[in-house]
Amino acid sequence: MPESQPPAEQLAPARLAMQFEDLEKQTHAAHFGMWIFLASEVLLFAGLFALYASYRAVFGHEFSAGVAHNNAVIGTSNTAILLTSSLLVALSVYAVRLDRPTMAGRLLLGAIALGLAFLVLKGVEYTQHFHEGIFPGSAYRFEELPQAGAKMFFTLYFLTTGLHAIHVTAGLVVLGWLTWGCFRRRYGAGNDTHIELGGLYWHLVDVIWIFLWPMLYLMH
Amino acid sequence: MMAHEVEGTAPVHGAHEVDYLRAGAGVRSWLLTTDHKRIGLMFYVLVVLMLLLGGAFALVLRTELLTPGPTVISAAIYNRMFTLHGVVMVWLFMIPSIPNIFGNFVLPIMIGAKDLAFPRLNLASLYVYAIGAVVTLAATIAGGADTGWTFYPPYSTTTPAGVLPVVIGIFILGVSSIMTAVNFIATTHTMRARGISWGRVPLFVWAIYSTSIIMLLATPVLGLTILLVGLDHVYHFGVFDPTLGGDPVLFQHLFWFYSHPAVYIMVLPALGVISEVVCTFAQRQPASYWAIALSSFGIALIGFAGWGHHMFVAGMSELDAGIFGAFSMFIAIFSAIKVFTWVATLHRGAIQFNTPMLYFFWFLFLFVFGGMTGVAVATQSLDVHWHDTYFVVAHFHFIMVGGTLTAFLAAAHYWFPKMFGRAYSEPMGLLTSFGVFLGFILTFLPQFLAGNAGMPRRYYSYPAQYQWLNVLSTGGAYLLAGALVLALLNLLIALRWGPRASANPWRSRSYEWMTPPIPPEHNFPVTPVIDRGPYDYHLTEEEAHARVSTAR
Repeated sequence: MPESQPPAEQLAPARLAMQFEDLEKQTHAAHFGMWIFLASEVLLFAGLFALYASYRAVFGHEFSAGVAHNNAVIGTSNTAILLTSSLLVALSVYAVRLDRPTMAGRLLLGAIALGLAFLVLKGVEYTQHFHEGIFPGSAYRFEELPQAGAKMFFTLYFLTTGLHAIHVTAGLVVLGWLTWGCFRRRYGAGNDTHIELGGLYWHLVDVIWIFLWPMLYLMH
Repeated sequence: MMAHEVEGTAPVHGAHEVDYLRAGAGVRSWLLTTDHKRIGLMFYVLVVLMLLLGGAFALVLRTELLTPGPTVISAAIYNRMFTLHGVVMVWLFMIPSIPNIFGNFVLPIMIGAKDLAFPRLNLASLYVYAIGAVVTLAATIAGGADTGWTFYPPYSTTTPAGVLPVVIGIFILGVSSIMTAVNFIATTHTMRARGISWGRVPLFVWAIYSTSIIMLLATPVLGLTILLVGLDHVYHFGVFDPTLGGDPVLFQHLFWFYSHPAVYIMVLPALGVISEVVCTFAQRQPASYWAIALSSFGIALIGFAGWGHHMFVAGMSELDAGIFGAFSMFIAIFSAIKVFTWVATLHRGAIQFNTPMLYFFWFLFLFVFGGMTGVAVATQSLDVHWHDTYFVVAHFHFIMVGGTLTAFLAAAHYWFPKMFGRAYSEPMGLLTSFGVFLGFILTFLPQFLAGNAGMPRRYYSYPAQYQWLNVLSTGGAYLLAGALVLALLNLLIALRWGPRASANPWRSRSYEWMTPPIPPEHNFPVTPVIDRGPYDYHLTEEEAHARVSTAR
């Protein structure tokens, strides 16, 4: 169980857990653990990317048509939204390091708002698809692109963006928890590990979208 | 045999602390513990239960196969039963067995750490495992997947049995694996005590570390792939369904991208246990430390490049088949490096014949025999003949099950005094060890012959000409089960009535034996500084003790 090490002058001191000799090792372990966890997350999406690559090789034209049918304006706006939210998260890490947790909390609130905007736009896009009869798998009824390849494209579209949306939602929960901690002044200079790890996760969610964006909206 | 107190067994690290078993009383202190040793023990209980369950399913299968026609169960139950056997043994027993029990228990002590880097994550992985186990078992019993543990489409996407709940259970188990892997990798990297450089990490830690890399990178792919099969089955997504444009062979590629390395998730920890056992009972440093350490790493990396040999008959170009075959054989080279290094370590060693050492010899036979048949099936021309026959069943049971099981039992006996502070009955240990080996050979050697003669795997009935081989195999299965139960009883009896063991009954130099007979809650009062290697048998025990200090 964590034992506190209270240097009196700090507002929000980092706590040293029993199993570590010093804070430096503890921070290193936390960062290292997060990075390798992110490697695992990348591999989770890698399976879907592999499926996309394989089926694109089989159904090249149908995939191009599917990509062309997707709304590139929404896709691109969402990319801009996620990139901006990542910028805000990066700035919040910077603010915490300057011992300004309230500032960091506000920046994180901005990032959360953008994350929500992303999900709303995604929902708008899904609704459009559903109206057209674009559903995954056997439920697919879009007459304009009726080939097996388009069906596969949209199935993969729903799977990749769906899995990504789950990650965005998880990321929002993490950011919300961090925001709350910031406003409670639980983080500060020398105690920025949690914010930084949460930020890393959010950046990963962003990076995955950077790959999904051309795959689903641009490459036609 | 190991009850006599060796001199210098007083705990090197300061005062007599309360040991981890008595550090807190009550159910709560166990269920909410973050102590890696207690979590290891709780995994021990769950995993042994799963072994018994998987073994019981195997006995039902073998009993059914006593006669060519129906014997005790219907064909539909038979299909569900071999699926259950595979699922339970692979995901609930073999994958978590050595890493989650013995890795959890000794890895932190072996690197001089007070706990894993993320103790709460470790506890969470236990609960996630338990939830995964409940979901998987409940789903297989209620919904009854009958696809085999490999879930090949198109059958798995069209079967009337429930698939989605089972794969959700396995997905949850995968999450537990990933949590453990993150913990082990981060711990090995960041928590080694001063003095334990990469060249002084015990070989078991190298093995667990390599295993964790595979778990971390391969498990997510499997989780996603079988989840897609579940979705295909219920919602007809058609990712692997040819009627909707999908490709079933693509599933096999993704599935084996995990499941082939998963073989090394199961066997690498076993190789680590064996390395420890060999060095301890030969009282010698390994003939080449780096050969063993890096071959683990080599197996972990090359293991990712061999998956295609499962698809030689599923449609593959000659070139690809050749490449996958060659990569598969590379693994045999790394394995052979280990085998030769162990044998060279024994050369001129002061060998003690205790139960763990006996298991090493069984392991060596099963691993080499199973490995050689593996090289044979990695050859495309031979694989065409043996594919989907009992030959393959016997091959992977030899190397994967035999390897893991013998090493698991070796570890259970080897670390027993450290985990519980008591000595088991050595004659009984040796006797049950013989029983396990004979049972194992009798079960699976006939299956090589049956497979070579053409008997397909997973069939409910067979022509009468195969019956004598099946009768032998079934007899062996009962012998194996009996020996396993006796081995378990031997350890359970020792738990209560065994004589007290000393801190280092095997006179090992590995670091986990430097703690008191039963380690205290946080292993070390202060993180130690260690100025020697884990296999410095040229030092006397006193000298070895003297080079471990608690000074900061």
